[in-house]
Amino acid sequence: MEAGRSPNIEILSNADLLELSGKPGNFTAKLQIRPRYIDAEKCTACGLCTQYCPRHLVDQYNEGLAVTRPIHIDYPQAVPASYFIDPKGCLHLQHGTCQICVPVCRSKAIDFSQKPEAKELKIGAVIVAPGFGRISTDTLAKYSYGKHADVLTSLEFERLLCASGPFEGEVKCLTDHRHPKRIAFIQCVGSRDLGCDNGYCSSVCCMYAIKEALVAKEHDPEVEITIYYMDMRTQGKDFDLARLKAEAKGIKFVRARVADVMPWNKQLKLTYSLLDGTHHFEGFDMVVLSVGLDAPADAKNLANIAGFELNHYDFCQTETFAPLLTTKPGVFVAGAFQGPKDIPESVTQSSAAAGIASALIKKDRNKGYVVKSYPKERELTKDEEVRIGVFVCHCGINIGSVVDVPLVEQYTEGMEGVVYHAQSLYSCSQDAQEVIKQKIKEHNLNRVVVAACSPRTHEPLFQETLKDAGLNRCLFEMVNIRDQCSWVHATEPAAATAKSKDLVRMGIAKARHIKPLPEQTVPVISKALVLGGGIAGMTAALNLAEQGFHTTIVEKGETLGGHLQHLSYTLRGDNVAQQLKEVSDQVKKHKLIEVMTNTEVAEVSGFVGNFSSRLVTRKGKSAKESTLDHGVIIIATGGREHRPEKVLGNEIKYSNKIVTQAELEKRLAGKAKDRAPESTVMIQCAGSRGDDLAYCSKVCCNHAVKNALKIKELDSAAQVVVLYRDMRTYGYAEDAYREAREKGVVFIPYSMENKPKIAGSGKSLKVTFYDPILREEVTMTPELLTLSVGIVPEGTEELSKLLKVPVNQDKFYLEAHVKLRPVELPVSGVYVCGLAHSPKPVDEIVVQAQAAAAKAAMPLVKGHVSVEPTVSSVDKELCIGCGLCESLCPYQAIRVTKDESGKRKAETITASCKGCGICASHCPVFAISMGGFTDEQITAQIKAFGETGNKE
Amino acid sequence: MGQAKETKSGAVMVVGGGVAGVQAALDLTELGYYVYLVEKSAAIGGAMAQLDKTFPTNDCSL
Repeated sequence: MEAGRSPNIEILSNADLLELSGKPGNFTAKLQIRPRYIDAEKCTACGLCTQYCPRHLVDQYNEGLAVTRPIHIDYPQAVPASYFIDPKGCLHLQHGTCQICVPVCRSKAIDFSQKPEAKELKIGAVIVAPGFGRISTDTLAKYSYGKHADVLTSLEFERLLCASGPFEGEVKCLTDHRHPKRIAFIQCVGSRDLGCDNGYCSSVCCMYAIKEALVAKEHDPEVEITIYYMDMRTQGKDFDLARLKAEAKGIKFVRARVADVMPWNKQLKLTYSLLDGTHHFEGFDMVVLSVGLDAPADAKNLANIAGFELNHYDFCQTETFAPLLTTKPGVFVAGAFQGPKDIPESVTQSSAAAGIASALIKKDRNKGYVVKSYPKERELTKDEEVRIGVFVCHCGINIGSVVDVPLVEQYTEGMEGVVYHAQSLYSCSQDAQEVIKQKIKEHNLNRVVVAACSPRTHEPLFQETLKDAGLNRCLFEMVNIRDQCSWVHATEPAAATAKSKDLVRMGIAKARHIKPLPEQTVPVISKALVLGGGIAGMTAALNLAEQGFHTTIVEKGETLGGHLQHLSYTLRGDNVAQQLKEVSDQVKKHKLIEVMTNTEVAEVSGFVGNFSSRLVTRKGKSAKESTLDHGVIIIATGGREHRPEKVLGNEIKYSNKIVTQAELEKRLAGKAKDRAPESTVMIQCAGSRGDDLAYCSKVCCNHAVKNALKIKELDSAAQVVVLYRDMRTYGYAEDAYREAREKGVVFIPYSMENKPKIAGSGKSLKVTFYDPILREEVTMTPELLTLSVGIVPEGTEELSKLLKVPVNQDKFYLEAHVKLRPVELPVSGVYVCGLAHSPKPVDEIVVQAQAAAAKAAMPLVKGHVSVEPTVSSVDKELCIGCGLCESLCPYQAIRVTKDESGKRKAETITASCKGCGICASHCPVFAISMGGFTDEQITAQIKAFGETGNKE
Repeated sequence: MGQAKETKSGAVMVVGGGVAGVQAALDLTELGYYVYLVEKSAAIGGAMAQLDKTFPTNDCSL
């Protein structure tokens, strides 16, 4: 949506890339734009044409679960917000007849004379992000998909759950529209399956299955859900918590292989085998196939045109230490095409790819950039009459199916100050913005109230619309009748409607008092500080420097390299030491990077664009202090191996017989002849996932497989037994897991009810565990016991206090938004990457560091930061200088200074202020007022709550 | 066939209008570049536009 509003993004939809020539910094792309047969400029997206179109077409947007017409729009918020004609179903385009739609269209937007258009673009860099493809229906057929309508893919099930889906969010069987009582999810369909040439793990299916199961359970708490899985791969940050929540809600997890799904009376019979080899079957009303992510269907074509190579699964070929570079210079990759991944990781890659592209063509920065201009802001005259426009949103059925929207809209008629009111189906759609703008002009509105969803996600959009209409964006008030009415009172429509009326009345009461607030900007010091000189910090610094910004790396250790110095090789065979040396050499050579080792941050003051840090450099016993002024901070302070004293209830004494994976790796990478132990037992999740640390460290399964393979490489006769809970070799690491099994590494699962026992030490070391295949306890006397221990963050507790940024329950930094702002912290100008954010493998660290650098570069590029106008302000007359506000502010955004006459007075540092209101609510003399939330406004709102309005 | 030629310097082409492509495009504009967002279907949004709610905030994905 935001992309549709940017003057610097030209959306070329219905477009195919035909040719790419030239070299990095200077490419020429040839495109063909297929006709929409509708003039996007003229189309108002009214939908009349769809009503008249006589032909049916399977609705691809609804995964084929519904029908649409050849002339249609996929969903009302679509960008561009224009209908189009799918030539496949159109009678005129296929047979030269019909044309009913042409006279129907009131804006005369339908144009059958449109022809394919060629377009040539001059560009400096290319980012390919074509996403992923679909698993072939052949693969799904063995589960009766296509033969029985109640066998669905997870994407189809997602559409069933969705309010804009075929049954408006109700989960119904497609055969007879009954509500399913029992639903089964089958994991790894089209993933981890050589039968369909997809040997990799798709990485996202476990998590989305849990999400869909939880949402289905919310829709119908009675429904019984079972998830059949091989390994539950919920390795992402806080993902295990979702799994535990699902278990607590009664969702069943069964580790099994599903043999087939067959029709069985009205139900479906699912046959599966458990670990012990026994076969079982169960009946279900609906079976959901958790389909994996395939390579995009046109991957080969795109690779040919753009001139880069694909890997053996037809995804984009990249390297561990350069995960976003395709084999063609100047062409970068992001998202699922780089390898199956979820939304936050895709978003992170996108930011990173943008940063890399920016470094490549930095000499052309701002040359093609269009600065968006707004009409001059209309100043409200003193005592100008309040003229409020109210827009009430249906949000399709999301609000409209519960709240009586027409009634709420009518309710505002005649309220003081309200001169216009209307409903809209989707008030966030592009055409609705046009309507709002038009109505502001038409009725000379000077306040706008939108009753819709959450201001957290949508307020900026409407405020932008106000600016476009020449109004100050603070003359806007949003009422949330979705979260607070239609969602929480979904089963009581009358009460939800009554509450919506109350909230709207209150919103209008507040709107009468809202005032325009000034837009403020603060200049930025064009320098960056990176904390930590590991691979994350070095990568971030390099990208920033390549984008043209001076960067200082502060490393508390003696050398650059961080945690990675303890590793020797990667799963893909990279030489870690060599790669690390290349990166640190580049860092040392770069003239825009300053490296300060043996240095720590003692104090940070200031705010985004204007930080000042006191640094302490120690040399032997002497310590030297220095000050650094900078505009942004990237935290890349890393992590280290966790060495639990107790593992699964066993006391651990580390020795040369009991080691961690990193210690084993060091030994295996050495030169000694007998460096591969004859027999090794590895224990996964040693001290993780609720044992000592609460979380999964994401890398330990790969680490174990990597070392097991190394042992086998050195001595194929060596015995390796891996005891695990879930093998989380997600993505392409699944190949290595398979290879390890083929080479004779034995993987045996254990449960938390029956944990492995460790006894003795030295020669008498014994490991006892339950073998579910033999169904009995087995005792081994291995030469070596290797513990796959987790990763803990380094020094986050102290630094988080220094920077006033939050950490999560596991002491990792907490990002601003898990999905959409994964490398930003809540304090503006502070970014995080690497192990300080969460445990992750090196390729993901590199990407995250590049993403943090890209985000950090944004204020440096602009040279200034814009400050949200909703900040606190101090009435100096009233302030008594008590300093309570300064002591309470969580963002260091208010301070007490002496004024000209030497009196202590508080002042807001607007660039740091987040508008939380703590200072205003605590001020004993009411000297602090919050822009947009003044006492007058809030009192009016509360007063309106007590009134019943003018029409009851 | 009509022919249009664009001669804008400091531009990047992003192929694919899903969440990855859109985010890359938005970030590029923040870094001072002009973006051509090339999408083969009629609207941008990709697979994410089909999702109902997303973990963990249950926000609508549009």
